[in-house]
Amino acid sequence: MKIHIKNGRLIDPKNKLDTHQDLYIAAGQIVGIGQAPAGFTANQTIDATGMVVAPGLVDLSARLREPGDEYKATLKSELQAAAAGGITSLACPPDTEPVLDEPGLIEMLKHRAWQHNMARIYPLGALTRNLDGQTLSEMYQLTEAGCVGFTQADRPIVDTQVLWRAFEYASTFNYTLFLRPEEHFLARGGAAHDGEVASRLGLKGIPSAAENLAIASILRIASETKTKVHLCRLSTAEAVDQVRQAKAKGLPVTADVSTQHLHLTEHDIGFFNAHAHLKPPLRTTRDKEALCKGLKDGTIDAVCSDHTPVDDDAKLLPFAESEAGATGLELLLPLTLKWADLYKATLLDALAKITCIPAQILGIASGHLSLHAAADIVIFDPEQTWQVTPGQLKSQGKNTPFMGLEMPGKVHYTLLNGHITYHGH
Amino acid sequence: MYNPQLDQHKKLKHLLTIEGLPKATLLQILDTAETFIGVNEREVKKVPLLRGKTVCNLFFENSTRTRTTFEIAAKRLSADVLNLNVSTSSQSKGETILDTVNNLIAMHSDMFVVRHNQSGAAHFIAQHVPDHISVINAGDGRHAHPTQGLLDVFTIRRYKPDMHNLRVAIVGDVLHSRVARSEIHALTTLGVPEVRVVAPNTLLPADVHKLGVQVFHDMQAGLKDVDVVMMLRLQNERMSGALLPSAQEYFKTYGLTPEKLALAKPDAIVMHPGPMNRGVEIDSRVADGAQSVILPQVTYGIAIRMAVMALLAGGHNA
Repeated sequence: MKIHIKNGRLIDPKNKLDTHQDLYIAAGQIVGIGQAPAGFTANQTIDATGMVVAPGLVDLSARLREPGDEYKATLKSELQAAAAGGITSLACPPDTEPVLDEPGLIEMLKHRAWQHNMARIYPLGALTRNLDGQTLSEMYQLTEAGCVGFTQADRPIVDTQVLWRAFEYASTFNYTLFLRPEEHFLARGGAAHDGEVASRLGLKGIPSAAENLAIASILRIASETKTKVHLCRLSTAEAVDQVRQAKAKGLPVTADVSTQHLHLTEHDIGFFNAHAHLKPPLRTTRDKEALCKGLKDGTIDAVCSDHTPVDDDAKLLPFAESEAGATGLELLLPLTLKWADLYKATLLDALAKITCIPAQILGIASGHLSLHAAADIVIFDPEQTWQVTPGQLKSQGKNTPFMGLEMPGKVHYTLLNGHITYHGH
Repeated sequence: MYNPQLDQHKKLKHLLTIEGLPKATLLQILDTAETFIGVNEREVKKVPLLRGKTVCNLFFENSTRTRTTFEIAAKRLSADVLNLNVSTSSQSKGETILDTVNNLIAMHSDMFVVRHNQSGAAHFIAQHVPDHISVINAGDGRHAHPTQGLLDVFTIRRYKPDMHNLRVAIVGDVLHSRVARSEIHALTTLGVPEVRVVAPNTLLPADVHKLGVQVFHDMQAGLKDVDVVMMLRLQNERMSGALLPSAQEYFKTYGLTPEKLALAKPDAIVMHPGPMNRGVEIDSRVADGAQSVILPQVTYGIAIRMAVMALLAGGHNA
């Protein structure tokens, strides 16, 4: 299959390219930029007039719910959602049932995902067996099976000695730890930011200190054990400051923020809206602004969807009893564009945070449009708006606090390895 | 602002929380309750306002006192009353809240009185009932207990009619108290200029001052020259642990004794939502003393609940 993408605005953050050039694809690869290789005859021509042609997006965290939670979502439904959202590579956390803590499970998941041929999936292995926070997982063998890093997802390692050993062991092989910083005891039983809204609504709070203390410990241990750490889903202003200082000291630390936390605050809980029940909790306006600015100045490296499809029944409960999380694959691009618009970031800078930078954090080859790279591409109209409706979302999870809102940026084509995985209007 | 308790004509549709209700609505409830005081003192204590209606007391959390006052209130309005203790039946069999509610709707209930241990449960149920059904929150987690807040301001108004000239202290476990939150909203909405909360930091919610109250840690200072002292109940399981070291120390620091009460205005009244822990948050000499209005609170509770039900059922011609 040979494809000619013509008249588009080519934006490739990794190569600092923002130009009007055509793209030529053959045998799954980019074979020409601006100029067709000799003898190239396209089987298909895509007219990208008025559209942006960019690397397929890379998402640092998407729960696909397989194995075990197929009533929430399936690989098929979620990989279709990824394609519809322009995402071609995604990392998935191990908090499935069973937990992704054995090489066989990783191989099976990769194999099943590959059969769908809709996106590349990169499992994050469980840092401890069954995520129990006590026994280290077989990190070396899990890496051989395809894991790109290790994480506890939302489960804690309460025992600081185990935490220390986990860092030491991971650093032996130069693996990256993906940690969502939350001090277990301070956060225990909480459902919302410990502030004005939780106090009014009578919800048990999770103080900002739960995150800030955890970051302080993680950074200290990372520095002592020389371990590469990626901090997932920052939510507080102080967290951004701590990461900024750690980076200034030269620590090998990176960080991400979810699309939800770039746009929402505790006030979006309104009258107990369970769709605004997220982990970490939505915090104050001041926190949100610090996250947005931290993303702009590069303190926060990347944006992720933190895609967490939840079935309707699990949201049809009083706030604190409802399951936390929001569906997000199809909103990663629009909400990143919205942030870029609000904080005056260029398209090139904004796209970097959902393409080459997360790819670099995961240590994978995706996220750019270099010659001979795999043709993972998204073509979208940045000006076209669309409304978030349950019918519009391909994901089986319809749980999002953005339901009903207008979104900027409509994906028209997604290509994986040179074949079209999504075509919308 | 959107308020799920009001219909498009700004008429009360559910009573879920005092927060956000217009002052006029609160006054209407209080004034309606005044007219029911007489009914409760008559020999035949019944009016036909809710005849033919079914009120369902849906209690997911155990309570005898509150349920009983709602039951009496509904019966005095001539309603049929259905009492359901869900904590001991369906939920232990795995039925969800909505399943339970839908079953009761199918039995043609007209009004739900709901108590649940989760904040927001009453809002949740109100969102999922058909249009003709009203929901009254009888306590949801730490969030709200609006009829208690209303009966408290009703009691205050009876003893201290000039609400614009009052200093009120709420003392005790504000953090876990839905009563405290409803009292604060009722008092501030009715224009009480100074509402104080008196408690140790472990029993105060974050940013509590944003609810419009002044924070005191020293009970002596907090009670100085107040007109009303509203005590809160301290749950047994919170008396010793990480929140408080012991019931004795709590009584010493935040228990209401005659000596501490002497710092308030001489004609100050003492209130408590019950049930009381004598010797923990309140000294018996105060609880049973001349300034205590704790038993009248209970009496007024019935009139307030009658008023709320009558208004929700559509028009009360007092």
